[in-house]
Amino acid sequence: MNDNLVDIRNARLSFFTPAGEVKALNDVSLFVREGEVLGIVGESGSGKSVTAYSLMGLTAHPGRLIGGDLHFNGHHINIMTERELRKMRGNEVSIIFQDPMTSLNPVYTIGNQITEVILLHTDKTKKEAYERARELLQLVGINEPERRLKQYPHELSGGMRQRVMIAIALACEPKLLIADEPTTALDVTIQAQILELMMDLKKKLGMAIILITHDLGVVAGTCDRIAVMYAGKVVECGSTDEIFYSPSHEYTKGLLQSVPNIYEKERKKLVPIEGAPVDMLNPPAGCPFAPRCHSCMKICLKQMPGYTNLSDTHYSACWLLDKAKFEKEGEARNG
Amino acid sequence: MDNNKLVEVQNLRQYFPVSGGTLFKKKIVKAVDDVSFYINKGETFGLVGESGCGKTTTGRSILRLHEPTSGKIIYDGVDITRVNMLPYRRRMQIVFQDPYASLDPRMTVGDIVGEAIDIHKLAANKSERRERIVELLSLVGLNTEHANRYPHEFSGGQRQRVGIARALAVNPEFIVCDEPISALDVSIQAQVVNMFEELQEKMGLTYLFISHNLSVVKHISNRIGVMYLGKLVELADSEELTLRSVHPYTRSLISAILVADPMAARNTQRIFLEGDVPSPLNPPSGCRFRTRCPYATELCAVEEPEFKEVSPRHFAACHHLDKVK
Repeated sequence: MNDNLVDIRNARLSFFTPAGEVKALNDVSLFVREGEVLGIVGESGSGKSVTAYSLMGLTAHPGRLIGGDLHFNGHHINIMTERELRKMRGNEVSIIFQDPMTSLNPVYTIGNQITEVILLHTDKTKKEAYERARELLQLVGINEPERRLKQYPHELSGGMRQRVMIAIALACEPKLLIADEPTTALDVTIQAQILELMMDLKKKLGMAIILITHDLGVVAGTCDRIAVMYAGKVVECGSTDEIFYSPSHEYTKGLLQSVPNIYEKERKKLVPIEGAPVDMLNPPAGCPFAPRCHSCMKICLKQMPGYTNLSDTHYSACWLLDKAKFEKEGEARNG
Repeated sequence: MDNNKLVEVQNLRQYFPVSGGTLFKKKIVKAVDDVSFYINKGETFGLVGESGCGKTTTGRSILRLHEPTSGKIIYDGVDITRVNMLPYRRRMQIVFQDPYASLDPRMTVGDIVGEAIDIHKLAANKSERRERIVELLSLVGLNTEHANRYPHEFSGGQRQRVGIARALAVNPEFIVCDEPISALDVSIQAQVVNMFEELQEKMGLTYLFISHNLSVVKHISNRIGVMYLGKLVELADSEELTLRSVHPYTRSLISAILVADPMAARNTQRIFLEGDVPSPLNPPSGCRFRTRCPYATELCAVEEPEFKEVSPRHFAACHHLDKVK
């Protein structure tokens, strides 16, 4: 094997709902190196969260992993038992969620919830764990940690709660932190604070981060690499600069054009992506973005394009990049 | 200039009682506290601020969805603060934030749009009503067959279109857009923003556009007001406000914007504010921003800064404008 911290190969995960099979992950391959920040960008239902959850073995019923291999830090997630997974979660990999209010337990104090993780994964005594919790609160920039430890989640503001979530996630110094829309529920000024804190802690503790978001602004200033997902597929992946300055997939281009820039001089019309998001119960055959793509060709509606490598780090799945292949197939069909 | 104003808000105060407090002293939240501004005909006025700053309350008070505690709302030259609103409901409408919660799940889209037509008796008979509904749906990019469907059959972006069609049903002049795109997917937001712009051109609408997303507000608005804890802290033309803001809060708000451009993101110097927004139950004395302001002095705690014109058409409330650089 290679020495990537995370290695997802051809993962397929489906939700078997009463209405039919939803292919949440449709042949997803991704990797994360140690100490790297990977951004996963996509809209709701694109499979960005499911990708990350599957890494922690959090694929609850009716979701089922039906293909592919997931490797993390030397573990083969597919064959791990629940017991082994539990040992790994919170210790080697942790997660912070979008809404810090619903992910903290309202009936336990902050101190209780931080020490719980420490007591579970280390053989520290209660007193030592409490001391560690105090350190952690200081680390995430919370004033008066002594007092905060005795408070309940409802006594803290949204930004403060998210800091507590980060403290809990970092309690055992994990190798990988998964941040699922960590700033979406927060106010603009607090968003920037929390992102800054995460990047700061990354430098100090050297962990890798998977940052899941729908906001291109969040990934622009924080990530080393970005994967763009659409309808359960990674449609483009590259370094942050490659994605922003030389996007190659029509969906990525569309996303970049559809957000207004505050520094624009004249008032330009926004260029929206037409159409509606994919119905995941009845996804189109071929490229899932084809029905909304303005350069859609015949083949796009029939067949999913393979990846084209644009550089060592940049690849994208679009027939336009595959003109040669496309023309050849056209000849074969005609002749 | 003066007769061009469609909506004017004068010293608007909107207080809400809160349960709790002692028996004799009820607590009140001053959601909006002495806010004044006007909106010209055909203009888009943007209102930005963090959650709890009173921007939504301001919008709702203008429509008298809340009864203002004090102050005046003047619509087209008439003081509507204490009048029967029914005739005005035809002229002013609202589009809500959450298209999932604001449409009745048991009504068809046709009936949701048609309800307004019925209430204001805008159609003489059934076929006229149907024609009008179809016309409205096509105006927002939906088609005839959508009229018989229920809200759950639509995506978020389409539902927001229904919400807009409902607001347009009475042919209003003025629409309060309360975070109309926050609940939508990124790829859909631009569609809806463009639609708002097209409808404005077509029908000469006036908007109050409320959002926490300064980039979008800048894009769509002619003038922008920035609110903090129930007060307007700065107001200027949108270009002026984003490029030459003078209030320290506006500055930090602009610097906190996450620009979708890696180079720019690497080069921005963020102005971080200390702490969180104080509780509106117990706002700081003097200038409400002083607890988080890097320039705050003793004066700020004692005296509330006046909201004054700092350059033509540019207003701000701060004691230390000369120091803010």
